[in-house]
Amino acid sequence: MSVVATGPAAGLPRWAVLGLLPALNLLAAFAISGLIVLLIGENPWEAVRLLVWGAFGFQEAIGYTLFYATNFIFTGLAVAVAFHCGLFNIGGEGQAYIGGLGMALVCLYLDFLPFALIAPAAVAGAALFGAAWAFVPAWLQAYRGSHIVITTIMFNFIAAAVMAYLLVNVMSRPGSMEPESRDFAPHARLPLMHEALGAIGIDIAASPLNLSFLLALLCCGAVWVFMWHTPAGYRLRTAGASQSAALYGGISPARQIIVAMLVSGALAGCMSLNELMGVQHRLVLEFTAGYGFAGIAVALMGRGHPVGIVIASLLFGALYQGGAELSFEIPSITRDMVVVIQGLVILFAGALEFMFVPAVRAALLRGRGG
Amino acid sequence: MSFPETRRNTPPTADAPAVELLRIDKRFGTVHANREVSLSVAPGTIHGIVGENGAGKSTLMSILYGFYRADRGEIRIAGRPAAIRNSEEAIAAGIGMVHQHFMLVDTFTVVENVILGAEGGRLLASGLHRARSELSELAREYALDVPPDALVGDLPVGLQQRVEILKALYRGAEILVLDEPTGTLAPQEADHLFRILRRLKAQGKTVILITHKLREIMAVTDRISVMRQGRMVAHRDTSATTVGELAELMVGRRVLSEVKKGAAKPGRDLLSVENLRVCDDRGLIRVHEVSFAVRAGEIVGIAGVAGNGQSELLEALAGLRPVARGRILVAGEPVGAGSRLRRHLGLAHVPEDRRRMGLVMPFEARESAILGHHDDPRYRRVALFDWATISRDTASKMDAFDVRPADPRRITAAFSGGNQQKLVLAREFERDPLVLLVGQPTRGVDIGAIEFIHHRLVAMRDAGKAVLLVSAELDEIMGLSDRILVMFGGAIAGEFPAGRATERELGLLMAGAGSAGRERGAP
Amino acid sequence: MELFTLLVLVLDSTLRLSVPLILAAMAGLFSERSGIIDIGLEGKMLGAAFAAATVATFTASPWAGLAAGIGASMLLALVHGYACITHRGNQVVSGLALNILVSGVTAVLGIAWFAQGGRTPQLPGEARFLPLEWPGAAWLREVPGLGTVYSELLSGHNLMVYLAFLAVPTVAWVLYRTRFGLRLRAAGENPQSVETAGISVIALRYRALLCTGVACGLAGAYLSLAQSASFINDMTAGKGYIALAALIFGKWRPVPALLACLLFGFLDAVAIRLQGVDLPGIGEVPVQFVQALPYVLTVVLLAGFIGRAIPPKALGVPYVKER
Repeated sequence: MSVVATGPAAGLPRWAVLGLLPALNLLAAFAISGLIVLLIGENPWEAVRLLVWGAFGFQEAIGYTLFYATNFIFTGLAVAVAFHCGLFNIGGEGQAYIGGLGMALVCLYLDFLPFALIAPAAVAGAALFGAAWAFVPAWLQAYRGSHIVITTIMFNFIAAAVMAYLLVNVMSRPGSMEPESRDFAPHARLPLMHEALGAIGIDIAASPLNLSFLLALLCCGAVWVFMWHTPAGYRLRTAGASQSAALYGGISPARQIIVAMLVSGALAGCMSLNELMGVQHRLVLEFTAGYGFAGIAVALMGRGHPVGIVIASLLFGALYQGGAELSFEIPSITRDMVVVIQGLVILFAGALEFMFVPAVRAALLRGRGG
Repeated sequence: MSFPETRRNTPPTADAPAVELLRIDKRFGTVHANREVSLSVAPGTIHGIVGENGAGKSTLMSILYGFYRADRGEIRIAGRPAAIRNSEEAIAAGIGMVHQHFMLVDTFTVVENVILGAEGGRLLASGLHRARSELSELAREYALDVPPDALVGDLPVGLQQRVEILKALYRGAEILVLDEPTGTLAPQEADHLFRILRRLKAQGKTVILITHKLREIMAVTDRISVMRQGRMVAHRDTSATTVGELAELMVGRRVLSEVKKGAAKPGRDLLSVENLRVCDDRGLIRVHEVSFAVRAGEIVGIAGVAGNGQSELLEALAGLRPVARGRILVAGEPVGAGSRLRRHLGLAHVPEDRRRMGLVMPFEARESAILGHHDDPRYRRVALFDWATISRDTASKMDAFDVRPADPRRITAAFSGGNQQKLVLAREFERDPLVLLVGQPTRGVDIGAIEFIHHRLVAMRDAGKAVLLVSAELDEIMGLSDRILVMFGGAIAGEFPAGRATERELGLLMAGAGSAGRERGAP
Repeated sequence: MELFTLLVLVLDSTLRLSVPLILAAMAGLFSERSGIIDIGLEGKMLGAAFAAATVATFTASPWAGLAAGIGASMLLALVHGYACITHRGNQVVSGLALNILVSGVTAVLGIAWFAQGGRTPQLPGEARFLPLEWPGAAWLREVPGLGTVYSELLSGHNLMVYLAFLAVPTVAWVLYRTRFGLRLRAAGENPQSVETAGISVIALRYRALLCTGVACGLAGAYLSLAQSASFINDMTAGKGYIALAALIFGKWRPVPALLACLLFGFLDAVAIRLQGVDLPGIGEVPVQFVQALPYVLTVVLLAGFIGRAIPPKALGVPYVKER
């Protein structure tokens, strides 16, 4: 039986660490969420039933679930890549925001191009701007030793100010007081999934699910290949696991910090493709809506692995969509309940990751003994 | 809480030992750190405990100071059994400890550090006032002058150590334990420390001095206990022993079959070192203008007590530490900076610390097995790793070096120490390098693996490689080397051809007793 | 408006706006100087604001509200401690989790209990901390210069404003003049030195976090009981993070942190004043620029280009007593 060798969970079998502990942590998060539902005088079981139905009960719901999951996949991957280099990128929010700017610039000002050129250019714009926003904190961490957690937090706020300024004073729709840009030209939008599939004769219910979902899955594959199948990913993971081993292996940890953050920022930036180019079709204020932070929960739950991230993203996507339906059915349980669950998942799967280790250890010992 | 008033003024009964440790036993997981260790320290004496790294000295003293609890055994202070469960109780029992890594707050002043934990009330003002006057008294009494309002972080190491001693005395310590106190001190600072210790002894304090530096312990102690591999192997009166005897006792003889090897057939110089100077992270010179060469087909062993510059020399040769002066040549070509470049020149390096450096613990074995060679096109198909090839390559290395279990996908940390080490050796040896830098190849490795590793080292020599071996194990150096260099104080204190050196001679040189003039190298 | 009066008014709102920053920064000071990163100031403030407004709504007593706010904040601090001290979890993750959790919980409970879109009901005057008029303020208002300063700037704040300014010397005194402060600072620099001196680092850090809880509770209660008359969804609006920035900007010391809070509060006050105002010769200064300044300044400081902010050495490192 293979056993985890290091860390607080040392000595426990792998299945317990990869399966049982996360399940227990998730269970704890949901249990407390259930208590809060009780506290506001509703029935938690009924809430769960409505939530699951709302997320998967009908075709349109599934479309919405996957639409939300797309955002989580991008920001979750972003956090995970930085994690593998030992970095805590708490700035996904700002990187996604600025990534949206890069994408919007392409969609607004290069819309004389055909869609076939706009689409890749928009992806590049989102990724480049997101990466650029991550570069400064990365450089400061690598070469000036400035704590990246703090600098990325600051950069989130700076991004918010920059975007507010641009949307209010520079890019706002002519003749409008709304802090948003004009609409993207029709050919500068990502096709919705039901339109795309409809064109080849497959009929599904209308939902905001769009082609960026495929890009998100593509990114999962790309991150998996990059991390575990290329020398560049190897260098990055080595620097994250042990600085001294990296130096011994001829790898510069400082450079890996930069690489990891550029990739991370680019992935976060791509979130805007789903939200703006796919659905809103214009640059709006605060479209990131906490997805950057939620990416931390996703990455923690998915244990930094693309497959885990997809699963965690589906879970959170379902929570978002199901939560919306739930609040429609039981108005006293608002969508903020999803935020509660998110916070609890980060708490239990992240900060209290090993809380159940002693209990699991004791249970396994007893099981083996008796 | 112990305040200065509560000092233990009761003089020890005439014949009771100040400290008595009886059959102390302590295990950390599989490591048996202390095996039935007993020790008796007479009051008013300076008692030395010597032993190599990992002999169990620090563990023993940590038990005395309440950091660890012994699995078995008894502690007696001044003849009375003492239950010491934490540092607070140790302090209350009159024990003061000066740790190897000072337990000081750099951003605090000297007095603030001294009163920490013995503030004498909720407010600091009175405690600071009392500490100031007490400090000047202690300074007069023991030559322990330290500016009371200086920030500790601004003080040189020697003065920081005095603050540690002052801390202990301020808490009323009657028994002072110093762990490797001269490790980071300049010679003059060490001399001053010994003056202080003698004064403490003159005032009736008991001092326990832990060190692996034999010359110093001979100079200052009354009695010496020697530890080896977790056991107490001998007690001697300082006046009745010699550095040579202590060195032999410390190193001991491990039951190893002798390495069979033929005569060396040295060829041309593959590794040359010219006037190399290397500094440590704090900028102190650790290697003083060292020159030597290693030829093809020979093993050159560097003997020396840990901390005499061997580690820094090895790291500089491997490109992990900048060269302050001098140059390094591989096969006649001067080398540039960086470890990757050197690998391409045919330099392989088995680092002293495999856990921190040689391997990546959370990685699979096959990932650890390509560390440093991860850019090798052989491991790639187009741009991606060819894991099938890497797995096969790793499996064959594991076979060749008898790594068990031979599973390339097992997590590195899950292998035993010996198998981890064999994995490192396999990676570095199988590259067919010109020069092999090998640091502590058998540290923490079981006997069977040791013999295996020794044979592979000899095989590399016979294949015409130049091997530089750094080891704290004297018998390893003597058994394997064709030439032996002894390092002391960052300089080469002596050189012997194979078979010409006796353990005694080497021990004397390692202890710095051989050539007083070269002590601690050139300025 | 006369320039002098304008200045006094801007300074007056600077005082009001910096109060939550000051209290939260002092809160962060306890935690971070003891070695525990606290990016959860925001969440603790928000939780306290909600608890304070809720209890004040039902009891009509600002004091009961204040106590509830402090209690809620201390509870959150204990959760943070349980994760970071007892379980040695990642301190950043824990703080972030609490921030998100609280922003969700306050919204859920607020809507469920009061059904006003996340707001709590408007508090009547007696359930709040009201401005205190200093003697003679009304009379002195007409006196130009000093009279304006006295009646506008010094007088007319509520109790908690004065409390916040008293908090700074108090915190400084605790930190630098008491045994607790000495040990707390030592725990943040070199916890082993504390343990070898026979003191429990764990207990010490828990006590530090409780102090953090109290101060954050004050900051939160100020928002909903004094500055506003109810709890509003996400009413902290990043103030916890600005306080953290101020703490770093003040290099983890009470008085410089106070000055940083005042500076950031001043920038906020100026930003409000500048909204839509054409400055002669400059034109309209974008408010966002002024709003972003605290963050930009903090990054520049962290980069080491203007002086260097050296954090407590053991900050963020989980303390392991035994190897």
